[in-house]
Amino acid sequence: MVRVAADLQLDRTTYESLYRTMVLIRKFEEMVQDLFERGHVHGTTHLYSGQEAVAVGVASVLGPQDRVAATYRGHGHALALGVPPQQLLDEMLGRKTGICGGRAGSMNVIDLEHRLIGCFGIVGGSIAAATGAGLALKGTGNVAVAYFGDGTTNHGYFFECLNFAKVLELPVVYVCENNLYGEFTPWEDVTAGRIEARPEAFELPVQRADGNDLFAVRDAAARALDHARSGNGPAFLEVMTYRYVGHSRSDPGKYRKPGELDAWRKRDPLLIGRQALRERYDASDEDVDRIVESARVELVAAREAGLAAPFPEPGPVDEFKPA
Amino acid sequence: MLMSTTTVEIEFRTAIRDALAEELERDSRVIFFGEDVAKAGGVFAVTKGLYERFPDRVFDTPISELAITGAAFGAAVCGKRPVIEIMFGDFLGLSLDSLVNQAAKYWYFTQGQTSAPLVVRSAVGAGGRFGAIHSQMPISWFFGVPGLKIVCPATPADAKGLLKAAIRDDNPVLFFEHKKLYSLKGPVHDEVIPLGQAAIVRPGRDLTMVTAMKGVHDCLAAAERLAERGIEAEIVDLRTLKPLDRVTILASLRKTNRLMVVEEGPRTGGWAGEVMAIFVEEGLDDLDDAWRLCTPDHPIPYSPALEDAFLPGADAIVRSVLDRPSFAHTA
Repeated sequence: MVRVAADLQLDRTTYESLYRTMVLIRKFEEMVQDLFERGHVHGTTHLYSGQEAVAVGVASVLGPQDRVAATYRGHGHALALGVPPQQLLDEMLGRKTGICGGRAGSMNVIDLEHRLIGCFGIVGGSIAAATGAGLALKGTGNVAVAYFGDGTTNHGYFFECLNFAKVLELPVVYVCENNLYGEFTPWEDVTAGRIEARPEAFELPVQRADGNDLFAVRDAAARALDHARSGNGPAFLEVMTYRYVGHSRSDPGKYRKPGELDAWRKRDPLLIGRQALRERYDASDEDVDRIVESARVELVAAREAGLAAPFPEPGPVDEFKPA
Repeated sequence: MLMSTTTVEIEFRTAIRDALAEELERDSRVIFFGEDVAKAGGVFAVTKGLYERFPDRVFDTPISELAITGAAFGAAVCGKRPVIEIMFGDFLGLSLDSLVNQAAKYWYFTQGQTSAPLVVRSAVGAGGRFGAIHSQMPISWFFGVPGLKIVCPATPADAKGLLKAAIRDDNPVLFFEHKKLYSLKGPVHDEVIPLGQAAIVRPGRDLTMVTAMKGVHDCLAAAERLAERGIEAEIVDLRTLKPLDRVTILASLRKTNRLMVVEEGPRTGGWAGEVMAIFVEEGLDDLDDAWRLCTPDHPIPYSPALEDAFLPGADAIVRSVLDRPSFAHTA
């Protein structure tokens, strides 16, 4: 089934909704950070702050039967797909009401109802899962999306799965979120050549896009999805973005180059989004502030409810799904 | 139990092929892929003809165990029932992440909403002079991973009936095929054999031998020789290692009071130790003696002179029994 290219013209209501989701993600991550510091979120967290336009831009052009595999930095992907913030937060808090009942935690969220076949706690896992999802979706007109970072392009799964998907013509869109660092290490220190040269070698169509501009991400993602949806095999998208926080909870980000963070903050996806609302949609500052406030209010309520939610009861668990 | 025994005997490999063909026929969600399995029919000639019958659902892959296993996981959680072949069990080291970190945990993470129904077929075991990295028994790599089932058939009938059950099972299943059994002939039946049920393949009063795969045949040969000395061994073919059939083995122990576990696999960390732990925890009152015969804790040798001595064959089993104080008087 060949679909026409997504209508990239966004009406104001739709764009406001996407902008709100970006704000929601940012504020969700700030809340998780705060709750972590207060001892309510446990283990570790990998926050998505700074990369919101990628998850929201790609999700905005997905179909209802597409599938997504994300990473341990997956809160943003989950929220962009429509996973309820309350259930996602409750999972971070280890509560019974969490999206996985408190069994999975920050790095391993699954929500099939919202097309999220998983967030994968080990680098490369999302690529494997999405490639398999593509195998299941081949011929259905639906597409699987894998999110992963620049560091994953040096992983075995990356090379094996891109080749596998290409020779089997699987409908998979590989979205590399290049946020310049693999954990604590600048990507160019540990990566030979250009990232996009790798999918090019496998003859995947490759696009590079500004990952902080929702419109640019959406445009490139729509083209990649169309390619895969139309039975032409996999496509590759490298989006350039930046994470504002350390790799994980324990990382203060001391490896950043002087001035780098400030430069990226000037290109904040939320700032670009606010400008777009004003310039493209004629919104006032007050209009934008109302959107921000509505996201804030939603999360304040979620935080209160989450902290009051019950913990799961330990008890016997079936090792296997019964016949 | 045997409903419709055929008079025709078929090879172990043919039984596997028939099970695959029947399940591909029965359920359009079943797909089968791996290295050289389609057009070439498999390096052990197990899957010949399947591609010709099911060209859309049987296909060759690159030599990419990470991708093959990852793809099986992803397809399984999106509605397919993949069966993959990992050519030699030794290559499963490359498959570990998808099996252990992805497939095995899905049922738990989703709180029982969804599982990863996939089957990994793999040729395992020594005796073929393949050396240390084409002969291993990788069971202990997976035995301690909650959420993975492990199936180990010893006969053509079990290979067919258990593989059909494995493909129909909603959990990830490792299906291990001993290379030395591929040419073994035997009758087959139409029944699907439930996973998790051991079989008493030889009744006896003096000693329970718990084993699996090629070990079943070695124990049967040893039992005949022991019978000449008046020792009647009961042989339990586990058939499935996970879940383990505690009921059958504990019942046998109550009868014989003596337990020998024969495992082709390293002594340290193997399933033989787990079987013995079950006896200690749940059957101590019935236990007069218990020991295991495994392979030594060093890599599998290549030279026939070394490999034959390394494996727990019938001679070693007989010697091991006669070495026990309980049976010394018969030696």
